[in-house]
Amino acid sequence: MLEVSLGPGLLSHNYDGLLNDLDTMTGIFLKRGEYTETLDAKKKWDFKPLAKPGDAVVAGDWLGEVDENGIAHRIMVPFKLEGQFTVKSVTEAGQYAANETIATILDKNGEQIAVTMTQRWPVKKAIKAYRNKPRPFKLLETGVRVIDTLNPIVEGGTGFIPGPFGSGKTVMQQAISKQAEADIVIMAACGERANEVVELFTEFPELDDPWTGRKLMERTTIIANTSNMPVAAREASVYSAMTIAEYYRSMGHKVLMLADSTSRWAQALREMSNRMEELPGPDAFPMDLPAIVSNFYARAGIVYLNNGQTGSITFIGTVSPAGGNLKEPVTEATKKATRCFYALSQQRADSKRYPAIDPIDSYSKYLEYPELQKTLAETISPEWTGHVNRLKNIMIRGKEAAEQINILGDDSVSVDYHLTFWKSEIVDAVLLQQDAFDAIDARTPLQRQRYMVDLLLEIIDTPLHFDGFEDVQPFYKKLIDKLRQMNYSPFASEAFQNYRKELREMISERTAVG
Amino acid sequence: METKALQRIYTKIGQITKATCTLKATDVGYEELALVDGRPAQVVKIVGDDVTLQVFSGTEGIRTNAEVVFAGKPPTLKVGDELAGRFFNAYGDPIDGGSKIEGEERDIGGPSVNPVRRKQPSELIATGIAGIDLNNSLVTGQKIPFFADPDQPYNQVMAMVALRAEADKIILGGMGLTNDDYLFFKDIFENAGALHRIISFVNTTEDPPVERLLVPDMALTAAEYFAVDKKEKVLVLLTDMTLYADALSIVSNRMDQIPSKDSMPGSLYSDLARLYEKAVQFADGGSITIIAVTTLSGGDITHAIPDNTGYITEGQLFLRRDTEIGKVIIDPFRSLSRLKQLVIGKKTREDHPQVMNAAIRLYADAANARTKLENGFDLTEYDKRTLDFAKAYSDKLLAIDVNIGTTEMLDTAWGLFAKHFSPAEVAVKKEFVEKYWK
Repeated sequence: MLEVSLGPGLLSHNYDGLLNDLDTMTGIFLKRGEYTETLDAKKKWDFKPLAKPGDAVVAGDWLGEVDENGIAHRIMVPFKLEGQFTVKSVTEAGQYAANETIATILDKNGEQIAVTMTQRWPVKKAIKAYRNKPRPFKLLETGVRVIDTLNPIVEGGTGFIPGPFGSGKTVMQQAISKQAEADIVIMAACGERANEVVELFTEFPELDDPWTGRKLMERTTIIANTSNMPVAAREASVYSAMTIAEYYRSMGHKVLMLADSTSRWAQALREMSNRMEELPGPDAFPMDLPAIVSNFYARAGIVYLNNGQTGSITFIGTVSPAGGNLKEPVTEATKKATRCFYALSQQRADSKRYPAIDPIDSYSKYLEYPELQKTLAETISPEWTGHVNRLKNIMIRGKEAAEQINILGDDSVSVDYHLTFWKSEIVDAVLLQQDAFDAIDARTPLQRQRYMVDLLLEIIDTPLHFDGFEDVQPFYKKLIDKLRQMNYSPFASEAFQNYRKELREMISERTAVG
Repeated sequence: METKALQRIYTKIGQITKATCTLKATDVGYEELALVDGRPAQVVKIVGDDVTLQVFSGTEGIRTNAEVVFAGKPPTLKVGDELAGRFFNAYGDPIDGGSKIEGEERDIGGPSVNPVRRKQPSELIATGIAGIDLNNSLVTGQKIPFFADPDQPYNQVMAMVALRAEADKIILGGMGLTNDDYLFFKDIFENAGALHRIISFVNTTEDPPVERLLVPDMALTAAEYFAVDKKEKVLVLLTDMTLYADALSIVSNRMDQIPSKDSMPGSLYSDLARLYEKAVQFADGGSITIIAVTTLSGGDITHAIPDNTGYITEGQLFLRRDTEIGKVIIDPFRSLSRLKQLVIGKKTREDHPQVMNAAIRLYADAANARTKLENGFDLTEYDKRTLDFAKAYSDKLLAIDVNIGTTEMLDTAWGLFAKHFSPAEVAVKKEFVEKYWK
């Protein structure tokens, strides 16, 4: 089975699907048969012991730690070791290379086992060095409003983003990777465009992590197996990425893993199954595709480690459905395996309503979890879940009203229909649409999202008077313009407050009429 | 391809199908070229001593005792500066009556570029066509196809883009090109006085279809020579990739592979990606940009070929005939250049992204108004204005006969906004409105 090396120095590196370090390869082209080491054997790490002689340990328990780009990288009892062990000795604090022995442990027969900072693990097996895996209960903030507010992803949750090409899957994933509240981000660029990976290589060393102020690259590992690299390595790349994610989860970190795109992985499975002359299933994919997909997503999750601390892997994959048809095998298999569904709609993308996440088709099953509702009530506001459901209803009613108006005509329906429609348009324009390329609008912290939701609901709940439907559109267009300018202004800045004031005046003029 | 002295000649063919023949041979490599009874062929399968050759032009008339000569190497191309200005067939042999190329011999379809050695594309390719430069700016190192129905003037638009793009070399890979189209390209390049920077690899409809599988690799091997060795800006034109994919499906069918969607091989995505991913920007200035054509049947982009292409390329361009103005335009809704974010507002004026989005949003409003009109409803005053705007926008900016600079395009757009709308309806950042509203 394919094994990879795990140890300090994985972060801020760029690997291919088999964890060859791409930066240490020579020449412009990837030469056939060229392999490079995953970890830098020469680099010395600042080691601090955590365990003491006599401690009883099992696989995954922490023996010591080193500082890796400001992140506590725990050195663990190798995952491969089964049963109980006793610590015989741990070296004192100091500088050590990744393959030097830092501890000796004894098995129950008294045999000595030397532990280094490096260990090897077969990528297709899940690392299960934890006590238990509870249901997820904590929101993972991404700064993307349509996710955080309407379809929240949670620490240890799974989600997927299906969408036809050009609907913004990759921009969406990159926004999440830049902004999410995670300690570690593992990006698997699996069979996608090389220029997109280059974008990550170029931008991440420059961008600041909004949570720590360090560079984004320092918390990130990129597995780049682009579409022109070998198919077998593409198949392995998502497993390699997941193994690294599990490795850091065992250290008690919050890991975010992204795979773009899992359809390419499924296609690699298809090409290999075809070459092995297996009988094909639907669309020539292997028969056990749904099982493979759900097994893979099951490796994510939040866990309580043996020492009581938590660690999590939140996994979001993109799916590129052939022909944009969500009934194809990869989408269907993924839908069964994940709990959040971010449907990207071609129609929204065509009218440049980005992110093109469909507000009505998309869902987050986690919103129904009482565990999550409880933490949302505690951390945001007690009415939060109610607000979110109201917003969803406003979107659905707006869509129904729009259909009625289209069928019957502007003047054959009552003004109320127009109001219902325009209320959903405000939510759409101000909350759902977000400019990923604007420095301020790109990331909305939770507190600001709460403010905007309260503001929008206040506007929607204020009864307004219009003489005829002709007045509705200009008024709401102006309202949306003001709200958008608020989105572009720094939170609570003078400009922001001014727009807020202008909004109030606009609304009070309308209420005064009636 | 020629026979050389001291080559082993086989004369015992064991099995012949419509397109392949199998014989016992040793010391033969995969994808190696051969001559079967004087016809070019390629090794497609090796099982023990049994070697299966695909005869490009078919096996009709080949006898079991025909002579088989192996070339001892996979297809290669001799590269050198002499390539410029010449026309070649799918094997890299001259078809313009000129002399053979002397130069370094390279295997075609070489290895991939290490992604960390690439540079992020950042150089705008100006074409003067506002439907491209304003809404879907192209960047060096990009790969982008035209998705077009066979009756649309895609080859003309592509030739226009190529000639205006100021590339050091233009390499044409023609697959299943009709003789008329081949002569069209030849004439237009000659008339533009650009022949010295153009290299063509052409497989016409008169040649065996499977031969065209070699064309893109030939073109891209030549492109890599100029981009890597000579650090030049190379533009590769591939037309028509649908015919290339059709040839792939023929081969996969002959190889008894299980077809996936639309009778295409399951590896279609990887096969196409291998070619398109040759588009690259190098750190030292050399680059390969690929503009391709994928013909659609009846505008269906869910067919496996355009669908897989769309997932590989960095956007796609659609042509559409606008009946309001009677011209062909670049469709602003369906067209997309993914790399435009790297240059717009950076290499072009700061207001570019917002102006582009606002114009398209208003154009979408016009499309809604048109639907209303078709359904027999009254239009609001705003609807009427959007329709007027859409017509002017289509004529002054989207039409393919426009040839102006980007700053002029932006000014034109602001002019249209001011003529038809109020600033609140356009909804662009206030600082830009203050600066550019006319």
